[in-house]
Amino acid sequence: MQVSLTVNGEEVSEEIEGRLLLVHFLRDQLGLTGTHWGCDTSNCGACVVWMDGEPVKSCTVLAAMAGGRDVRTVEGLEQDGELDPVQQGFMECHGLQCGFCTPGMMMTARALLDRNPDPTEQEIREAISGQICRCTGYATIVRSIRWAATHESAVSIGSRP
Amino acid sequence: MTTTEERPTEFVDNDQKPVGYGRMLRKEDPRFIRGLGHYCDDIQLPGMLHMAILRSPVAHARIVSVDTSAAEAHPKVKAVVTGATLAEKGLAWMPTLSNDVQAVLATDKVRFQGQEVAFVVAEDRYSARDALELIEVEYDILDPVIDSRKALDPGMPVIRDDLEGKTDNHCFDWETGDEVATNAVFESADIVVSQDIVYPRVHPAPMETCGCVADYERVAGKLTLWTTSQAPHAHRTVYALVSGLPEHKIRVIAPDIGGGFGNKVPIYPGYVCAIVASLVLGKPVKWMEDRSENLISTGFARDYIMRGEIAATKEGKILAIRTNVLADHGAFNGTAAPTKYPAGFFGVFTGSYDLEAAYCKMTAVYTNKAPGGVAYACSFRITEAVYLVERIVDCLAHQLEMDPAELRLKNFIKPEQFPYTTKTGWVYDSGEYETAMRLAMEMAGYQELRAEQAEKRARGELMGIGIAFFTEAVGAGPRKNMDILGLGMADGCELRIHPTGKAVVRLSCMSQGQGHETTFAQIVAEEIGIPPADIQVVNGDTDQTPFGLGTYGSRSTPVSGAAAALVARKVRDKAQIIASGMLEVSVVDLEWQKGSFNVKGDPSKSVTIQDIAMKAHGAGDLPEGLEGGLEAQICYNPENLTYPFGAYICVVDVDPGTAEVKVRRFVAVDDCGTRINPMIIEGQIHGGLTDGVGMALMEMIAFDEDGNCLGASLMDYLIPTALEVPDWETGHTVTPSPHHPIGAKGVGESATVGSPPAIVNAVVDALKPFGIRHADMPLTPSRVWDAMQGHPTPSV
Repeated sequence: MQVSLTVNGEEVSEEIEGRLLLVHFLRDQLGLTGTHWGCDTSNCGACVVWMDGEPVKSCTVLAAMAGGRDVRTVEGLEQDGELDPVQQGFMECHGLQCGFCTPGMMMTARALLDRNPDPTEQEIREAISGQICRCTGYATIVRSIRWAATHESAVSIGSRP
Repeated sequence: MTTTEERPTEFVDNDQKPVGYGRMLRKEDPRFIRGLGHYCDDIQLPGMLHMAILRSPVAHARIVSVDTSAAEAHPKVKAVVTGATLAEKGLAWMPTLSNDVQAVLATDKVRFQGQEVAFVVAEDRYSARDALELIEVEYDILDPVIDSRKALDPGMPVIRDDLEGKTDNHCFDWETGDEVATNAVFESADIVVSQDIVYPRVHPAPMETCGCVADYERVAGKLTLWTTSQAPHAHRTVYALVSGLPEHKIRVIAPDIGGGFGNKVPIYPGYVCAIVASLVLGKPVKWMEDRSENLISTGFARDYIMRGEIAATKEGKILAIRTNVLADHGAFNGTAAPTKYPAGFFGVFTGSYDLEAAYCKMTAVYTNKAPGGVAYACSFRITEAVYLVERIVDCLAHQLEMDPAELRLKNFIKPEQFPYTTKTGWVYDSGEYETAMRLAMEMAGYQELRAEQAEKRARGELMGIGIAFFTEAVGAGPRKNMDILGLGMADGCELRIHPTGKAVVRLSCMSQGQGHETTFAQIVAEEIGIPPADIQVVNGDTDQTPFGLGTYGSRSTPVSGAAAALVARKVRDKAQIIASGMLEVSVVDLEWQKGSFNVKGDPSKSVTIQDIAMKAHGAGDLPEGLEGGLEAQICYNPENLTYPFGAYICVVDVDPGTAEVKVRRFVAVDDCGTRINPMIIEGQIHGGLTDGVGMALMEMIAFDEDGNCLGASLMDYLIPTALEVPDWETGHTVTPSPHHPIGAKGVGESATVGSPPAIVNAVVDALKPFGIRHADMPLTPSRVWDAMQGHPTPSV
């Protein structure tokens, strides 16, 4: 079947199997390998992307369900060579080690800051509680997101064309 | 190959940082935060095929027949391979890292649920999975051996009937220390406390599962294997021995790795199957596990049933520790431990205390469970050893009605006793235990916490304070007594300075997120004076790096870190000779300022390392007898292990109504000797503390009586999220290792080792009003509830 959608602002139209998962569509078919796959059960959140502005776990969304939608991935965070404050915050505060959960964490963080620009530590912990990191122990991820909250300058990708 | 210079490095303001040690942002981060990391499953090669593995649904059964005809008829399937096919090529079995053998694909029997039975290669990953469903296997079900305590009972089924003459499920016996002397101390001691303690089976579960891409080029006769390997060089040698391919025709590349924690040290059947598939089909073949495959079939951790005994005077002087351990190694002894150390470094169960005697006897058995054992940041079983000693010391404190901090302070090895030889023969290099302990107590506000606890207890609230003090033995190891499969545990390092004064350092170890591209650039920078930003770090490619045994057991800094410092000093020595020619003075008249040599007493006469690099490669004569170029290679053989230590204090609140444990505070004081990048060290500690919360409160790989794995998904195997852990409070002391070239000790596993006993001690302390002295991990609400009712749950 044919699916047409927008990925990071670009129109995409591809022939797919009806059962193809969005995460595999993005990774294997479009070559956007920044979105990762880590479990089969929606527990780990390594695969979080945005669909129409909402974070979703792309391992439990069919590519066909993304038809007509606006999908954003980690590759869309940096705009015109300018890093999103969330990306910079993760570097500044050592919010990543192996980097595998990082894209999903950053997409959730961006969505949180777009609806709550000044979240408390507890609000941040709740926002990322559907995602697992085995390396950092989360404290530096919380700091990274707080760093981004206090260094917001760039326009959020959610409000970009 | 992972390199540091190919990606943008903006925001890494290294120019403002001191050259060498100190907080520096990571060189690898610019690619990761853009989604440009390059992990195994990101690799796409032209014509690449996909492999999937059929696994046994049962724990123990004889294979009657395997019918692959329907799978072979699938239009997108290129090959279906069974154990029988592999047996024809002599590839049905492979060596493990513990000198046992393991089935690549089962031929005679399946021996654990999830064991590899057949594989399919197809055009895409979905079709490969579809075809697995078409394979018909008939099993003759056998009774499984699940409870290790019954494995040696008469009449139990023999799991390893593949081993000639095997009539039971015995794996090995091991002992350390002096049994007679220890028994004598126990017989005359005022106080003896004994406690059964279980360290349940857990799993490292890195976020990226295991996998590989095998690409055999027929014309060149060369195999390239991109793989999730913490030890690429050791893997290459094993593949050469197994496959018969010459070692120079095998290139093992570990790309970015999404966490390892020991899970990516062993060689798994899936890797061998993918290699076979590529050899047979002449195409690149990718294999990636799914999460269930990772949890049910790859290297688990722990699974020790221990009896700990401690002898002391009535004043609280600890005299001796005695322990008896039953180790469950699963169906194949696939643990990754140095040959002479089948129980890893469990021998450090004497802890941080000055004892008169110690003894351990261990029996290991086979069961119908997945193989493994040494994994999950355990520093070769030091997790189990530290948990045992720190739990049993708390039991003694309970018995003596003594404060657990005071008891530890009274028994620590004193600074002047180092180097200290333990009663089990380990030579601790350096330690200032009391200083670390007192710092942790000060940071935690220990006395105030005890006062708060007393108030809360009076009100019926359940607050617990747990202490653990650990000493680790990391950096394996001296080649005189440490090897894996006959390969000495040394590590090579090569450093080249280019003509313009930029450098490349090539390592034999392999990062799985620890930040080697940054730390090793800093180590070299400190020695040679070239900024870290100008030093490219290469690791994870056997064609590009010198031989060495890889990254696990916190050995990268102790072994490869020493190699990096020493190779830089070797290059600096040559640079000094070149500088003497440039400045026309004798070598002894030069002094080193980080980054340049100047004439002693005349700083205006100086040459930078960059000037020297150009001279080394440029025209004109060099001092007599000197070759051109500015590079060196060494292989570092550690003189001893390094012994990091730490003092941990945990505060928990237990809900009296639901028995839920909340870790309110966690203070961790670590001493890893010289600190290279404090930011990265803190990150390593944080991660390990979170592992500890997982093991102490949530994680367990359990089995039902039929051998079904009950922790086969992340819905069943619970890993801490941001809501289960507190904001960590870290501190440090610095006691350099006397024998390490830069005084550094390993730190990657310290917190995973030290935190579980601190948390369990805190929960048990909270439950003191119920008369509880011990409860086994994981301390889930139901287990804590049972303990509160006076009958702690048996662990397994």
